[in-house]
Amino acid sequence: MKTAEFATSGNETMLLNLGPQHPSTHGVLRVWLELDGEVIVNADPDIGYLHRGIEKMCENRTYHQCLPLTDRLDYLAGSANNLGYVLAVEKLLGVEVPKRAQYIRVLMAELTRIASHLFWLGTHGHDLGAMTPLFFAFREREQLMDLFEMVWGARMFPCYFRIGGLAADLPEGFMEKAWEFVKAFPEQFKDYHSLLTKNRIWISRTKNVGVMTKDEAIDWGWSGPMSRGSGVDWDVRRDTPYSSYQDFDFKIPLGENGDTYDRYLVRMEEMIQSNLICRQVLEKMPGGDINVQDPTIILPPKDKVYNTIDGLINHFLLIQKGITPPKGEVYHAIEAPKGEMGFYIISDGSAHPYRVKVRGPSFINLSPTKVLAKGQMLSDLIALIGTMDIVLADVDR
Amino acid sequence: MNTATEKLQAKFPDAVVDIYEFRGDTTVIVKSDMLVEICTFLRDDPETSFRYLSSISAVDYLPGSYLPASPRFAAVYHLYSHQFKNRIALKAFCPNDENPALPSVVQVWSTADWHEREAYDLMGIKFIGHPDLRRILTPPECEGSYPLRKDYPQEGF
Repeated sequence: MKTAEFATSGNETMLLNLGPQHPSTHGVLRVWLELDGEVIVNADPDIGYLHRGIEKMCENRTYHQCLPLTDRLDYLAGSANNLGYVLAVEKLLGVEVPKRAQYIRVLMAELTRIASHLFWLGTHGHDLGAMTPLFFAFREREQLMDLFEMVWGARMFPCYFRIGGLAADLPEGFMEKAWEFVKAFPEQFKDYHSLLTKNRIWISRTKNVGVMTKDEAIDWGWSGPMSRGSGVDWDVRRDTPYSSYQDFDFKIPLGENGDTYDRYLVRMEEMIQSNLICRQVLEKMPGGDINVQDPTIILPPKDKVYNTIDGLINHFLLIQKGITPPKGEVYHAIEAPKGEMGFYIISDGSAHPYRVKVRGPSFINLSPTKVLAKGQMLSDLIALIGTMDIVLADVDR
Repeated sequence: MNTATEKLQAKFPDAVVDIYEFRGDTTVIVKSDMLVEICTFLRDDPETSFRYLSSISAVDYLPGSYLPASPRFAAVYHLYSHQFKNRIALKAFCPNDENPALPSVVQVWSTADWHEREAYDLMGIKFIGHPDLRRILTPPECEGSYPLRKDYPQEGF
């Protein structure tokens, strides 16, 4: 058997199978539960129902062909995964993209963070019996989806960042639309606070549920809003800045008690801070190129391909062979909406990565479930899964 | 070279095999039998303070494909220090190619639990001392095959 063998506690306990098809497990998560009445004696998450072997698939593809696979890790925040991957490959190549591309990347990553947090808010509320937050959160998320569709032509899987720059510059009229959203968001945001923050049912369902102390959070490898809810003062964007995050001012909200309610407040504040970053990006948006000027990384413009021999050769080589970084290995981490998203890439000097390891935040954030759920009520497990904000595609990869 | 590598070399002169830097990332190759001691030292020493384990990546250096000779399997530990805001990578090779094994670091960082289960599941590295080493991502029918190994086919199996 794959499941853990639970030691019988002496009392008569019941074995309950939660998932993998269950509306409140946020995907195909299955949890084996040993229950004493309504109290959880043992919990064992069983994952892997969505394992697609993305790390293995990367080994047989060129560096560019791996990019669409990363969209499908945490599919609610595709841009964040793309950013982590392209930054890791750019670190391997030793190139830095122009300022305008960096700013556009930050803008997309922060809008994605707001979209991901809105989705969390809607579903987390819905899990715990609050219907209205879902409608409110999806109202704003829909506006974001429209913005994304303008830029990369699809709602979810972006693949807009490319190694060495971007697929295209921002479309006409995008800046105005983005300004509209950024200006309107804080006002619309007040609705969410009025729904949940002082709601008695919400407080009693989330306070003192899933408590993690600061030291435990670090020990269990929690990152992002999960660790900040426990008071770990760490944000990759601030502490090891990438993609020009040092140019922007933002605060890192911290929780005190490390419970579900504090993590709720942290994520709520993060949306406002992300909105502030977007505002600064739009204000400071520089002009200029969006791609590095290196024909071994970026496809030459079409008039060069058709009219010059070196343009044609560069185009042909890049399509047929791909990018060939030097031998070496790099690890690059970014602050994805759900926590530290890291890519460890080993290059053997060929056009295919030798090994790609994805450090997905959801996988690690889910791992302490067995210790957190022990002794809690069954209904608190649902709150716990909601607050972890897991995406099973990111857990299973 | 930074403080951590200097301290490691001073404290464990025999266990540190090699140190190299690439694009600002420091990697230390350590002997596998001293892994737990080294990890505990890096976590607890106030001047290194690597209290956070980012990830464990298992790597298959199949002879002939990248590195010329044995050992074949390695695990790479990416550590982060919240206090000093820096990273370090430890790489430990498994001494035995046929039956790869490494000491478990679950007692050093609890988060290693699922990382090691994943490495065992996909690469077949056994972590000695792990409290609950089961497959985690692949179904039970995959027992005996390890998909991330370089000799495992991508299609046609």
